[in-house]
Amino acid sequence: MATVSLQNLRKTYGKTEVLHGLSLDVADGEFVVLVGPSGCGKSTTLRMIAGLEDVSGGEVRIGGQVVNHLEPKDRNIAMVFQNYAIYPHMTVRKNIGFGLRRAKMPAADKARRIEEVAAILSMTDYLDRKPAQLSGGQRQRVAIGRAMVRDPAVFLFDEPLSNLDAQLRSQMRLEIKKLHQRMHTTIVFVTHDQVEAMTMADRIVIMKDGHIQQVGTPAEVFHQPANIFVAQFIGAPSMNLLAGQAVAGSITVAGRSLARDAGQTGPITVGIRPDDLRVTDGPSSFEGRVVLLEPLGAETLAYVDIGGQEVVARADGRNPPALGAVVQLHVAPENLHLFDGDGKAVE
Amino acid sequence: MTDIRASADSLMKGQSSARAAKGPRDPYAVLRWTLLAMGAIVMVMPIVYMLSASIKYPFEMYDLNIIPKEPTFENYTYVLSDGRFLRWFGNSFLIATLTTISAVFFDALVGYALCKFTFRGRTFMFIAILSTLMIPTEMLVIPWYLMSKSFGWLDSYWGIMFPGIMTAFGTFLMKQFFETVPDDFLEAARIDGLNEFQIWWSVALPLVAPALSALAIFIFLGNWTAFLWPLIVTNSQDLYTLPVGLTTFSVEQAVEWELIMTGAALATIPTLIVFLLFQRYIIRGVAMAGLKG
Ligand SMILES: Nc1ncnc2c1ncn2[C@@H]1O[C@H](COP(=O)(O)OP(=O)(O)OP(=O)(O)O)[C@@H](O)[C@H]1O
Ligand SMILES: [Mg+2]
Repeated sequence: MATVSLQNLRKTYGKTEVLHGLSLDVADGEFVVLVGPSGCGKSTTLRMIAGLEDVSGGEVRIGGQVVNHLEPKDRNIAMVFQNYAIYPHMTVRKNIGFGLRRAKMPAADKARRIEEVAAILSMTDYLDRKPAQLSGGQRQRVAIGRAMVRDPAVFLFDEPLSNLDAQLRSQMRLEIKKLHQRMHTTIVFVTHDQVEAMTMADRIVIMKDGHIQQVGTPAEVFHQPANIFVAQFIGAPSMNLLAGQAVAGSITVAGRSLARDAGQTGPITVGIRPDDLRVTDGPSSFEGRVVLLEPLGAETLAYVDIGGQEVVARADGRNPPALGAVVQLHVAPENLHLFDGDGKAVE
Repeated sequence: MTDIRASADSLMKGQSSARAAKGPRDPYAVLRWTLLAMGAIVMVMPIVYMLSASIKYPFEMYDLNIIPKEPTFENYTYVLSDGRFLRWFGNSFLIATLTTISAVFFDALVGYALCKFTFRGRTFMFIAILSTLMIPTEMLVIPWYLMSKSFGWLDSYWGIMFPGIMTAFGTFLMKQFFETVPDDFLEAARIDGLNEFQIWWSVALPLVAPALSALAIFIFLGNWTAFLWPLIVTNSQDLYTLPVGLTTFSVEQAVEWELIMTGAALATIPTLIVFLLFQRYIIRGVAMAGLKG
């Protein structure tokens, strides 16, 4: 087990810089998820931790030791890849044992270790099969087993679940989380799926264009997004953004005045999570016409046009509003997210 | 590899639809099958003639009948008991085998390096290797000969073998096949602590096994049938390869066609064996390459 620390990490390909000075501290045993849109530099960051990519600037430390110039094999890390990278010509047993080839331990111990890992991943019955005879989820388990078998200080995952179908993905998500709770190994996990990030992480690192946007627990990044990008990236459906005007003690949005002190005056962006915006019969914040309905079962998403701006609100799934109807929407003023002209959270 | 499967599929479909197409004949099908049949006859005739000639007595040689009036296996007993034939057969086998092993090894090694490593001058080197493909053997034999002469390699096994210990074609083929091996495999192995040679040997090579088999067949056949260079570089009969040796059956008093044909018939046996041996492996390789990850 070990800490991972990135200090002012930079990566350039030729003349283009793709990581612009990343700093991050991962505690021992922590599960950190790097999340962000495609091309933001998640994989690059992970591969630099692994040693598969040269460091152009800054430092990577594992367990306090600078590893910039260590070979991947000397960093005591294990990595699981998106397409599993398990060898089709080897049995599951050989694949899992592959990471032990270099380990100096008696063959019997190695065999026992492989059995142990297979048992943890419930793959004992499949040890003598070839990857071709396994399902996608089982293959990914083999890949995880191969990483586990060496008992590395740090686990690195690069979108390990994105080749699986939705159901299997949520199942494997739980399994990886359970595994972490059991082994307490430091994990750095890359995904572009915010649901994966929210459900698994101790802390989430949200990246965009080679910069870290925010680091925080799932609750923090959800409830106190640092900027508009994070606010929109985390949570589904995305947060509604409305142009508003702040005056002392209140904010004017879509022609209505909401009782909330922004602490500043002038133009302001108001964010409202669809969950916080309810179709209601009681006191309302906004009024608008329903332009689209998206039934989800327990709830229905209503797309409502309020004074020329479209917002998404939640309505009861049992008696949703009619299409084209004029409805009342309510949001508690304390649930508003406020952002200044630069997109930064206010307060 | 899916290409191969797809074409096999379409072949099979073609067959069944041809079978299904009874009743009024499709004129294109008639034309197609006629052309194919003619092609097949053209390909098969020399082999049939070779086999037929190998069981004829000399007096019947110039009758063009396919089934001899007095078939005999005496030619075979004669050729097989002639020490020269066995010697040449052995020479060819040794040379073709060693060259195949060497060429497959080095072609795969160089192809891998050109494909998976970035280094200065990589493209230049690749183009340089490719450009040698454009020079025909007939043009190369002169520099080869001069080279062998100054190194003292004339009339030796090494002299016969050295031009083939690595091939530009194989390097090109292997480079293309290594493109299909995802880098993730190599990186996973790197993290697992293998050195670069081990990664090549135990991870990359098994993943391109079908290509290796195909290359092995090509190279073995090419060397087994090579004529011009072995003819030029060898002097002593003891070092002749089979194709070179077979022609000397004809330079004694008269052209002994029946013996040449017998030798040629026997010479096809190793090529058949090599093909059958590796072909099974190619098919298995195709099935293996079909899986993702
Ligand atoms: N070998 C390379 N040469 C040049 N640019 C590269 C190279 N590898 C990555 N990049 C660039 O670096 C940036 C970050 O890439 P990276 O693979 O880290 O993105 P990512 O966040 O993992 O995206 P994804 O979710 O699509 O996997 C991208 O803009 C990409 O184009
Ligand atoms: Mg990536």
